[in-house]
Amino acid sequence: MTEGQVVPPAASPAGLRLNVLTRLYPAVLFRSPVGLAGAAILLFWLAVAAFAPWIAPFSPTRSFMPVAPMMAAAPGGGRFWLGTDLLGRDLLSRLVWGTRSVVVYAPLATASAYVIGIALGLWAGYRRGVTDMLLSRTADLVLAFPVVPLYIVLLSKLGSSGFNIVFAITLSTTPGVMRIMRGLTLDLREQAYVAAARLRGEGTLAILFLEILPNARATLIADACMRLGYVVTAIGTLGFLGMGLPPPTPDWGGMIEEGRVLAILFPHLVLPPCLAIVSLALGCSMLADGLRRGEGR
Amino acid sequence: MKRIAATLLTAVAASILLFLLFELSPRSVAIATLGPFATPEQQTLWLQAHGYMQPPQVRYCRWLGHFLIGDFGQSRAFAAPVSSVLWPRLGHSLILVACFFAITLPVALPLGIAAGLREGSAVDRIVSAIAVATSALPPFASAVLLSALLVTRLHLVPGTSIMTEGWDWRQVVLPVLVLVLSDVGYLARITRTSMAEIMATPYIRAAILKGMSPARILFRHALRNAMITPFTIIMLQVNWAIGGVVVVEAFYSFHGIGTLLLQAALRKDLPLLEAATFVLVMIAGITQMLADIGYAFLNPRIRLS
Repeated sequence: MTEGQVVPPAASPAGLRLNVLTRLYPAVLFRSPVGLAGAAILLFWLAVAAFAPWIAPFSPTRSFMPVAPMMAAAPGGGRFWLGTDLLGRDLLSRLVWGTRSVVVYAPLATASAYVIGIALGLWAGYRRGVTDMLLSRTADLVLAFPVVPLYIVLLSKLGSSGFNIVFAITLSTTPGVMRIMRGLTLDLREQAYVAAARLRGEGTLAILFLEILPNARATLIADACMRLGYVVTAIGTLGFLGMGLPPPTPDWGGMIEEGRVLAILFPHLVLPPCLAIVSLALGCSMLADGLRRGEGR
Repeated sequence: MKRIAATLLTAVAASILLFLLFELSPRSVAIATLGPFATPEQQTLWLQAHGYMQPPQVRYCRWLGHFLIGDFGQSRAFAAPVSSVLWPRLGHSLILVACFFAITLPVALPLGIAAGLREGSAVDRIVSAIAVATSALPPFASAVLLSALLVTRLHLVPGTSIMTEGWDWRQVVLPVLVLVLSDVGYLARITRTSMAEIMATPYIRAAILKGMSPARILFRHALRNAMITPFTIIMLQVNWAIGGVVVVEAFYSFHGIGTLLLQAALRKDLPLLEAATFVLVMIAGITQMLADIGYAFLNPRIRLS
């Protein structure tokens, strides 16, 4: 069980492991146009986030109130390509800078849910018995909670900050990840190579993380992309409910919330951030679809 | 029995979570109730008057006891008993959910069945495309898009659902439409998959080969088994619909339990927040229990222990 017992890769067929590592995902992806389009959408938003200071024409928090009329609906021509918001801030700049919070928090929340979920799932699936029963029941319990009220309750108590958003989303996402990992582990632990590793005397940790986990990665990566899309919409929903990042920070969901009251009269306030969230979520699910299909054959 | 126990466990877990979050520290309750400017003496007086000086486990039992008999306490924001605010609001939300199901089911199920009957046909591809497109569309996004189209451009329906002048069906249209749009594709896809699986089974093939009429195959043999999965999913949709309802109500300012929950959270109205959450968790738990029982009923191969 201890780290010292982890047998170096030489103990198992090294060539095979190398093969596993070199089979890069783009190769799988190129077989599916849908997946490729999804990856392109994701890369686009990543680039926007990375180069936000150069892309955004203005500061996201600067108000042009005296110069720009409030909520100038100015698509096209003028200085403000997407118009300005209630406080006279440039919508395009806010949209571009808002990319950063999604691009940071969504993968962060997904990754933390995955780290915890994978560890618990491996443990439950490998140990089975009482451990499995307790962990699975707990997961069922968390999954039985309606997600949105859970977010509202947690964030109204803890206060909304980046960390608390990640925490709340991790809490609601982990059980699903755990379930998938548990199912895969239950299946994979019966494989011959796991039995071989056990006979070689490899420790439990080595078996879990070097034998079982690498063989589950195809399913897990596709699932992670799909969940990333859910998390993107979840963060958008939180922002929309007024539980996202605190106000001056540009945030897509928050932009929809700010413009909601006047959305009927001025749709330009809410349409861009809304389309941004949808495109990013769609990109994730398309990528997941491409990965799944690519692995299928 | 096991399912009922699981539901009770969910309820207990929800109550413990709520208690730990909101009631464990008496000071935070006092601050939430009396506001941030009350002096420590005032807080202590209030806490003594309301029995907060007892140990947590005693308070938990008393608090839970009140909840179970439907006594949720006094709402500060509404200056009224919580139950007098909560139940009418829940009723409004239930109307929303009922309309949502009444439209989604007759649309999604036939579409899914038609698509599943002939995999790869035009119907199948259209249904799949709709499902993919709408599954990435969260309720707030479809609310924005539908409002921009139907309200701002076409002026077909009112853009808010405040209903200041009594109940107005026209104001229900948009919220329900948003819910339907974000869910109909998913349900159709589930039905399609289930149907396609059944159509590939040997007993359906045998029925086709022996020359049984397509209608008879569909209604007597295929549908019965193909509907098991969608039924479970429909019941589980209630859990999803609760989230959708909160978002939609917030967007259209509909006076339902979702806006109530949100207002309570933003105003730190603890009794109201706790009660609304508890009721929603109970609804989710009970529908899940019904889903499991119904599943076993529809599929005799599954036996509940």
